[in-house]
Amino acid sequence: MAQITLVEAVNLALKREMGNDPSVVVLGQDVGIDGGVFRATLGLIERFGRERVIDTPLAEALIAGMSIGMAVEGLKPVAEIQFAGFAYTTLDQMLNHAGRMRHRTQGRLSCPMVLRTPCGAGIHAPEHHSESPEAMFAQIPGIRVVYPSSPRRAYGLLLAAIRDPDPVVFLEPTRLYRLFKEEVEDDGNAFALDTCFTVRDGTDVTLVSWGAMVHDTLAAADDLIEQGIAAEVIDVATLKPLDMDTILASVARTGRCVIVSEAARTCSFASEIAASLAEEGLLTLLAPVQRITGYDVVVPLPRLEKHYLPSKRRIIGAAKKALEFS
Amino acid sequence: MTVIARFEVRHSQFLDEHGEIAAPLPEFARDPQNLIALYRWMVLMRAYDAKAIALQRTGQLGTFASLLGQEAVNAGVGSAMAEDDVFLMTYRENGVQMMRGVTIKELFLYWGGDERGSAFLTPRRDFPICITIAAHVTHAVGAAYAMKLRREPRVAVCALGDGATSKGDFHEGLNAAGAWTLPVVFVVTNNQWAISVPRGTQSAARTLAQKAIAAGIEGLQVDGNDVIAVRHAMDQALAKARGGGGPTLIEALTYRLSDHTTADDATRYRNPDEVAEAWKNEPLQRLRTHLTACGAWDKGKEDALLKHCNEKVQAAAQAYLDIPAPAPEQIFDHLYATLPAALQKQRAEALGE
Repeated sequence: MAQITLVEAVNLALKREMGNDPSVVVLGQDVGIDGGVFRATLGLIERFGRERVIDTPLAEALIAGMSIGMAVEGLKPVAEIQFAGFAYTTLDQMLNHAGRMRHRTQGRLSCPMVLRTPCGAGIHAPEHHSESPEAMFAQIPGIRVVYPSSPRRAYGLLLAAIRDPDPVVFLEPTRLYRLFKEEVEDDGNAFALDTCFTVRDGTDVTLVSWGAMVHDTLAAADDLIEQGIAAEVIDVATLKPLDMDTILASVARTGRCVIVSEAARTCSFASEIAASLAEEGLLTLLAPVQRITGYDVVVPLPRLEKHYLPSKRRIIGAAKKALEFS
Repeated sequence: MTVIARFEVRHSQFLDEHGEIAAPLPEFARDPQNLIALYRWMVLMRAYDAKAIALQRTGQLGTFASLLGQEAVNAGVGSAMAEDDVFLMTYRENGVQMMRGVTIKELFLYWGGDERGSAFLTPRRDFPICITIAAHVTHAVGAAYAMKLRREPRVAVCALGDGATSKGDFHEGLNAAGAWTLPVVFVVTNNQWAISVPRGTQSAARTLAQKAIAAGIEGLQVDGNDVIAVRHAMDQALAKARGGGGPTLIEALTYRLSDHTTADDATRYRNPDEVAEAWKNEPLQRLRTHLTACGAWDKGKEDALLKHCNEKVQAAAQAYLDIPAPAPEQIFDHLYATLPAALQKQRAEALGE
């Protein structure tokens, strides 16, 4: 078993599935000769050839739209959009076509595609390179939205996304691409696409997060335990469909919940989870649910982005505040 | 300065607006029986169109987009395609659809607001009607890429309107189709109107065909009211695509004789004299004149055909009206291959209503 980074795990899953299934193709800007701007597709063109590892023209709507055409015609395209901030032009295709193809044709056609994109802030990138638009995609009926937070989960979830018979938006936390390594066995085993991961057990408060913020949430949990507070940490991982049962069961035990996400707060996915807790878990709550999120502002340029991303301090503060209620 | 590139766009027509032969007919058009087959389809399309509007006006069909005046484009495209080619269409290609095996009952079902209208089993791999303009141009590129990757002698045929050529998806798709020499044929039905915006206001380009040239692919213009010209251009473009020669864009000049849809009133923005003039150029009478001159057609045959087509669409309309609405849970069925647990709760909620 090798210790690899998250971006290497993405690469490993792509290699694995392209080797398993000749209908899998990879497409996007610079994914071929260059191996992708983050090297997620490194070495694929050498192994699988330029017909299956496709350097597209610089046109995001085309990348999403042609993936739909390929998927309907029986291929399994895995498209890369270079940054989530460039993925907004794909919303039209994902919303109006990818998510509807199976239903519109009553199962006659389907659209088994994956739209991968690096996602989130914290890498000192230029404008439009730091967005986290998971809630916009999670609004779309007929698709799945996945946002892994570790190399092992990126590997297992990407395999699942590629094998899934329906469209999947796969958001990769740029900040974690090379932040740490984890042992990942290239065993070809996919994870379920409808299950949260409880990544740390605790009894006092439930911290719910996804993507890069899981890492900060775990760091906050480390600090909290030193202060005698045992936080349970849930990595949602698959946002749509949402495994609310795991979150509700945890909150039923702890009575307290803080939701941590780097996306702007209004109409966010954190709000969706908070609303579901209010509807289905209110009677188990001992304290108000809190959302620790990005602010409702434009994601700042690098000099100020640390003030935008939810800090460990804010997460710890929220957890302690939750414990003030009894 | 040196001229480094020079382009031309050719226009073709075989039957002029009076039904006179304007150029030597291609092989298939020399046998009147072949043209009669096309004519029969065109008359059926017109009968279908009239029935659809009548159903809509009497509250028995939803908003309908008429193909009145565009029967020759439909028949030329539909007759040229092979069964296992793939058709990607907008909402004014019902004529092509019926030629490819979609039943008139299914077409009524679609316009009647029932998803089962896009669940047609024949032609199994044709895409559903694309309402968002030009989005399906990129789908055609992907479908054609798949065909080329698998070395299949199949072609993706993508029909769109003049309005679509103003959109980014159109240019992104054409550019990629050219870059990869894909087996795809783009048919731009230029009916002169993007709802209320006339062709001259949409673009300063002399032709829409020339937009293909910027993408490095062949663009040509045909008289879209001359079914022979449409069919001939399609035959050539399909053969080229099948043989690895790459994409073609065919601009078919025609005229939208109807409102944009039944929800539109074109008299608000269109001069009735222009429409009256366009009626003189409509595609059915032109072909009928030619067939009559050949001695292959007469009033008896015409009357019998009209009767046959009207009976056929009437029967299809009745069959459509006899289909009960789907069960409420149909709104969840086929959303995913397997309905996620989170949605099963909502499905139960809907069933409890």
